[in-house]
Amino acid sequence: MSSRIGAAVLGIAIATAVAAPFLAPHAPGDHADRLLNAPPTVPHLRDDSGAWHAPFIYPWQLVNQLEQRYEQDRSKRVPLAWLSNGRLVASSDDAQAPLMLLGADSFGRDVFSRVLFGARLSLGLAAVAALGAMLLGSAIGAAAGYIGGVWDDVLMRTTDFVMVLPAIYVALALRAVLPLVLPPRTLFAMLAGIFAVVGAPFIARGVRAIVRSERRLDYASAAEALGASDARLLTRHLLPATRGFVVVQITLLVPAFIVAEATLSYVGLGFPDPIASWGTMLHDASSNLRVFADFPWLLSPAVAMFLVVFSLNLVLQQAGAPVVYNERS
Amino acid sequence: MSRYIVRRLAFAALLVIVVSSASMILARLAPGDYVDLSLPPEASAEAKAQARARLGLDRSIGAQYLEWLGAAIRLDFGRSFLYDRPVRELIPGRAANTAVLALTALAVATLVGLPLGVVSGSRRGPLSGTIRFISLVLLSMPPLLTSLFLVFVAARTGWFPIGGIGESVLDRLHHLVVPAMAIGLPLAAVLERLQAQAMGEVIGAPFVLAALARGVTRSRVVWHSALKPSLRHVAAVYGLIVGSLLSGSFVVEVITAWPGLGSLMLDALRARDIYLVTGCAGTGALFLACGTLFSDLALGVVDPRASERVQEAA
Repeated sequence: MSSRIGAAVLGIAIATAVAAPFLAPHAPGDHADRLLNAPPTVPHLRDDSGAWHAPFIYPWQLVNQLEQRYEQDRSKRVPLAWLSNGRLVASSDDAQAPLMLLGADSFGRDVFSRVLFGARLSLGLAAVAALGAMLLGSAIGAAAGYIGGVWDDVLMRTTDFVMVLPAIYVALALRAVLPLVLPPRTLFAMLAGIFAVVGAPFIARGVRAIVRSERRLDYASAAEALGASDARLLTRHLLPATRGFVVVQITLLVPAFIVAEATLSYVGLGFPDPIASWGTMLHDASSNLRVFADFPWLLSPAVAMFLVVFSLNLVLQQAGAPVVYNERS
Repeated sequence: MSRYIVRRLAFAALLVIVVSSASMILARLAPGDYVDLSLPPEASAEAKAQARARLGLDRSIGAQYLEWLGAAIRLDFGRSFLYDRPVRELIPGRAANTAVLALTALAVATLVGLPLGVVSGSRRGPLSGTIRFISLVLLSMPPLLTSLFLVFVAARTGWFPIGGIGESVLDRLHHLVVPAMAIGLPLAAVLERLQAQAMGEVIGAPFVLAALARGVTRSRVVWHSALKPSLRHVAAVYGLIVGSLLSGSFVVEVITAWPGLGSLMLDALRARDIYLVTGCAGTGALFLACGTLFSDLALGVVDPRASERVQEAA
């Protein structure tokens, strides 16, 4: 049961990330200069006189410039516009009363839209990095397990060494070697590469063990006796045996990578500010001391991150995966 | 046993040397140096060259590394560009703060996680279910999220101070609550799950059934007979925990402004202060080495077979 809920939440998260341009009322960079740190606009169905309407919102009015306090202007009803301009829903008067379901950040940008667009980057990066870790880890593990001997020793000692180190420091050190300012695409690729290097040892160890033990089994000898080449034996027979292990490892790595991106961006070494990722949003939120007391909606990316990681854990738990000690996060 | 300890000591020394050398070389290889970042952009090439010569940044990586290594053997770890003080003076205070934070977090994790794991692993019912669920929630909240959440709670309620480490002993303890819980609670969840699993396995063993059949009370069997053999799983991960304590403390130090090693290293990395980066990384590696060493020995005490196994593997 709980694993179904987890899978459903995950599915919704991925779907909203993919459909972000359609679901988000604003582009990630749109900003309303009048509405810095404005609270969430809640859609209403009834007005003050108790009459029912199609969903509408009340615009925010600035009552205190210095404290950035806002009040609803209950005299004006702004109906929502559905399916206009290629978006599911937006305010019919976007300039005066934008629809901001999770409020606005310190630049007046719509937090809800940025969480959706941020999901693309944060989840996408984690997925690409996990794929990279899988390829790199499987290659190292297969080489060590299949060739054996000195190669095995060198590769395994190296992975042991990397695994002992706190992952976030390895990622930090590797990130620090790159230029601080990079174009977003290059940065995405570099971060994915760094995470893949940090995550690969965890996969390599298991793959090596499985390849080594499978190789001694009859079916592997039979394939070898029938003249299968090394490459064929590895890719067609031995590596498929590691599938279950690798899938579990990837589900463990993905949440760790989501958090790693957020951590790097939070300390200012991940994506730079105008780009929407969950980490950059938290970075922006943390620059304001009043966020915790007065603008809690700026922490929505943290909630989104928790929901995704929690649902992944629910799925894993039910799948009977052992509690693996997960140092990576 | 003594050969085993010598091997572990050698590994510890290797860890510290490799990590500090690697971070020194990586920090030096990084594009842009301290001079580029600290002098105003309109500074003349001459001024920059002078500053580089003064800081020793004009030499090749190899020459600089060898000189650093030679000095490091005499316990001189260079001078921080950023603070203009010897690295040796800057590190101990910060390292002590990190150690206090990490040890408190470890104590929280052990005192909360282990007993709950024994409870949830040895019985069924709503209590175990609740513990399991809370653990699952906390497992999904790495220190980054836990500390944001706790700072949020602290800011709303005003129960705990945020930022800094406080003055008097009591004040310090008060300041320690949020960062220590932020690292300790997710770890407690890990320990709870591991201990519950281990407890479940041991409870199924024949000697437990035999003890129960002879009329030993249930609670005595669980908390006395079954506890010790079940502890080795947790003891086996204590070495890894040191690494995650350091990882966790990095994030938490940055978020809660705890003046520890992690935040110092971040400042040093940003400023390209290579000697300070190296000093921080080396100290972190030293912590890590001590932690792994300690956990290897602890594992030997709880499970005497382990030290032989490790010996064979090594």
